[in-house]
Amino acid sequence: MKYTLKENGYVDLVIVGGGPAGMSAAVAAYDAGLRDILILERDNSLGGILRQCIHNGFGLHRFGEELTGPEYAYRYEKMVREREIPFMCDTMVMGIDKDRNLTAQNSEYGIFTLKCGAIILAMGCRERPRGALNIAGHRPAGIFTAGTAQKFVNMKGYMPGSEVVILGSGDIGLIMARRMTLEGAKVKAVCELMPYSGGLARNIEQCLNDFDIPLYLSTTVVEIHGKERVTGVTVAEVDENRRPKPETKRYIPCDTLLLSCGLIPENELSVGAGISLDRVTNGAVVDGDRETSIPGVFACGNVLHVHDLVDYVSEESVIAGRAAVRFIRGERGEEISLTLKTDGKIRYTVPQRITRVEDTTVYFRVADVYRDKAIVVRAGGAVLIKKKKQKLAPGEMETVKLTAKMLGEVKGSEIMLSLEDA
Amino acid sequence: MLDAVVIGAGVVGGLVARKLCEYGLSVAILEKEADVAMGATRANSAIVHAGYDAKEGTLKAKLNVRGSEMMEGVARELGVKYKRNGSIVVGFNDEDRKTLEGLLERGTKNGVNGLRILSRLELLMLEPNIGEGVTCALYAPTGAIVCPYELCMAAIGNAMDNGALLYLEYCVEKITESDGVYTVSSSDGRSISARYVINCAGVYSDEVASMVGDNSFSVKTRRGEYMLLDRECGSHVSATVFRCPSKMGKGVLVTPTVDGNLLIGPTAEDISDKEDTSTTAEGLARVRALASEQVSGIAFNKVITSFTGLRATGSTGDFIINSPKRGFINCAGIESPGLSASPAIAEYVLSLIEADGEKLTRREDFVPTRKPMHFFSELDTEGKNEVIREHPEYAHIICRCEGVSEGEILHAIRTNPKPTTLDGVKRRTRATMGRCQGGFCTPYIIDLLAAEMGVDYTEVTKSGGDSRINLGKTKG
Ligand SMILES: Cc1cc2nc3c(=O)[nH]c(=O)nc-3n(C[C@H](O)[C@H](O)[C@H](O)COP(=O)(O)OP(=O)(O)OC[C@H]3O[C@@H](n4cnc5c(N)ncnc54)[C@H](O)[C@@H]3O)c2cc1C
Repeated sequence: MKYTLKENGYVDLVIVGGGPAGMSAAVAAYDAGLRDILILERDNSLGGILRQCIHNGFGLHRFGEELTGPEYAYRYEKMVREREIPFMCDTMVMGIDKDRNLTAQNSEYGIFTLKCGAIILAMGCRERPRGALNIAGHRPAGIFTAGTAQKFVNMKGYMPGSEVVILGSGDIGLIMARRMTLEGAKVKAVCELMPYSGGLARNIEQCLNDFDIPLYLSTTVVEIHGKERVTGVTVAEVDENRRPKPETKRYIPCDTLLLSCGLIPENELSVGAGISLDRVTNGAVVDGDRETSIPGVFACGNVLHVHDLVDYVSEESVIAGRAAVRFIRGERGEEISLTLKTDGKIRYTVPQRITRVEDTTVYFRVADVYRDKAIVVRAGGAVLIKKKKQKLAPGEMETVKLTAKMLGEVKGSEIMLSLEDA
Repeated sequence: MLDAVVIGAGVVGGLVARKLCEYGLSVAILEKEADVAMGATRANSAIVHAGYDAKEGTLKAKLNVRGSEMMEGVARELGVKYKRNGSIVVGFNDEDRKTLEGLLERGTKNGVNGLRILSRLELLMLEPNIGEGVTCALYAPTGAIVCPYELCMAAIGNAMDNGALLYLEYCVEKITESDGVYTVSSSDGRSISARYVINCAGVYSDEVASMVGDNSFSVKTRRGEYMLLDRECGSHVSATVFRCPSKMGKGVLVTPTVDGNLLIGPTAEDISDKEDTSTTAEGLARVRALASEQVSGIAFNKVITSFTGLRATGSTGDFIINSPKRGFINCAGIESPGLSASPAIAEYVLSLIEADGEKLTRREDFVPTRKPMHFFSELDTEGKNEVIREHPEYAHIICRCEGVSEGEILHAIRTNPKPTTLDGVKRRTRATMGRCQGGFCTPYIIDLLAAEMGVDYTEVTKSGGDSRINLGKTKG
């Protein structure tokens, strides 16, 4: 629904980002009874990155069926429209301050400021570009992040390359290996620096193996060739310290290098507002309600930590949406103050803090590939949970569920998650 | 027939052309690339050197000091970002200290004001992040930073606004002369005649000189590699931090840029290929190691891009600015401090033409100023909203990382010298230059370029030639 700015600029809840996280949070807030909601989206329509993810595999958990990205996004857009939740597209949020004043701009209103009862950050993430990888060689045309290539192919109908090497085995890279192949390109290799893939196992199977695309683990691109357009890349295997082994260097002719080397939450606004970030997730530090270090500012979806499945994004956003409503109504108080800690084998948890006694799902990722381990949760000397796992991998998000009963009985101020021999 | 052609659209060619234009000459600028500022001007340290480096009495010294004095005014006229942030040369031992004292003495002779030697303690007050091993420093308060390609584009744009012509993808291959008229021909068969030819061809200036039979010098290519860090890191140092010079040049420096990034480099390596702008793992590792000695705590995980610049090192050791043949003027071997000296080089070239007997008077109708390319970003909110009311496209952000709007991109595409490539738009607006390096906005910028130029989406290139971005259509 179209939104008309109020004279005083006040809005109960402003949601920054109209992807699956933002839409899901908006719907949850509406369903909890809130009506003064506004979604701000910088792109020209709702849906976020899902709009270009035309492959299927979305929604298995959430809707019990396999949807494409646009289909999944459209289900949420429909919920937003049915509830007449207002949104503004082509609107870029430029800044937020700690008092929840938000500055945005669009062609209709120019630069304007909103006073927000609560804010939910749902800006998503971006891909790591070439510069951050510091690959030597020339800087010709033909080097794209996998997502940019996806946009060219799926949204614009153009082919950014015909002979392709992919660096990194993140999910978008794997999906694009298949997509480019289906469009007639030859994908010559997927090179992954780590000894394991960063993508989902099912994507390796369906996107690489089914198309005979080779995946080279512990391998990286050391040089890019070609002055105007890419003419080839030199790849090499790496040692345990991820340093290239010169004797393994080989040249692969190609006209395109796609990068799928990780996603970085887009937290410029959060940094600008002074929100504390987690050094591992690059997202905000939050409590179980997804509230950041600034009261009344919540975060959910890929801006908080990179999810592999959108279903989890939606789940998380419902939590943030409901909590924002409670905040606006003055119903949020800290009941407890627990900090979640991890051993080195578990890289991070979300949330990082727990402030309320209620059933809480903790999401986390492991640092390496592990077999036959037990996920152990301890607090104040007692073991709360011990859950056996045959296989854990960095590409797959894991969860444990802490019940209200467990949280109510915790002694001390810390909960420790660790991986131990099963 | 024209009065003058300038070969090479770098910062030297650009400022020379503007100067000749100002004094009433009809001028064409010939450039082999698809855009201006594609040579040394594109990738360098962007420092306006104070002038303590060059040996006293040389053209380098004279034109550096003069250029450094002129730069602020020229930058203001052309709406180019300039900042007098000061330069610091750090030393690590007593021997370095002697070198620094030598530089101070030389600088004073060259006419540089305000030079002084700092103790470690004084230095720490200015630059808290200075490296642990640094014991002493030379401070040059007149050192400054400028955006070199912006200066070049603005000079050429301003010259064009005043009537100069620009021919791109015009690679000069042959020059003939008869009766005092030069005919300058390109490799694709075009030719232009003029009474004066100014050779500002950078690393190719020796080849261009030899086209008129001047083989008195040669130009070597010396490569310099850099890393550019995120704007988050731009205030890690406030001055430009050099290290004590050696035979291979001024060594690695750590400096903020006028756009607020942190720039680190360059290396110095002689190469034979005049086009080899590749970076190397070893080069970047060296930059990193040396920079860390000068300045501590540099966030190398915030590198957003790396690049290489090519210096044109002349065989005489000095700038080669002369007239080997009546009507033909060399501006060759313009290595560092060529950017700093560029306004003074333009003045000097004008004086050579005057000395040749040409009657020169400043044009009454010459407009020396130009609307800054980044005028919009410098407005306050009210000012911006005023522009947006007239032109709503200024509110529509295309490049998220650098906050560049559709209006700013369209303004750039429609302003002299008009860009036709993605990199051209980038250098004019900073769009795609931020931390995501164009991941999100590239497809939109191609839309705008294709529409403005009236070409197909697949014809838009990154930087001209064969650098196409999309190779065809999908099957659908
Ligand atoms: C690594 C590095 C660091 C530097 N740091 C500094 C610094 O901090 N401060 C400073 O003052 N100076 C610095 N310099 C020097 C400064 O960058 C140069 O002096 C200046 O940019 C030279 O400008 P130019 O116009 O002479 O050359 P260029 O910018 O190289 O322009 C020459 C132009 O001529 C064109 N051309 C060549 N041949 C032909 C042909 N046949 N036909 C048509 N066109 C042709 C080229 O394509 C090019 O565009 C540095 C240089 C480098 C490389």
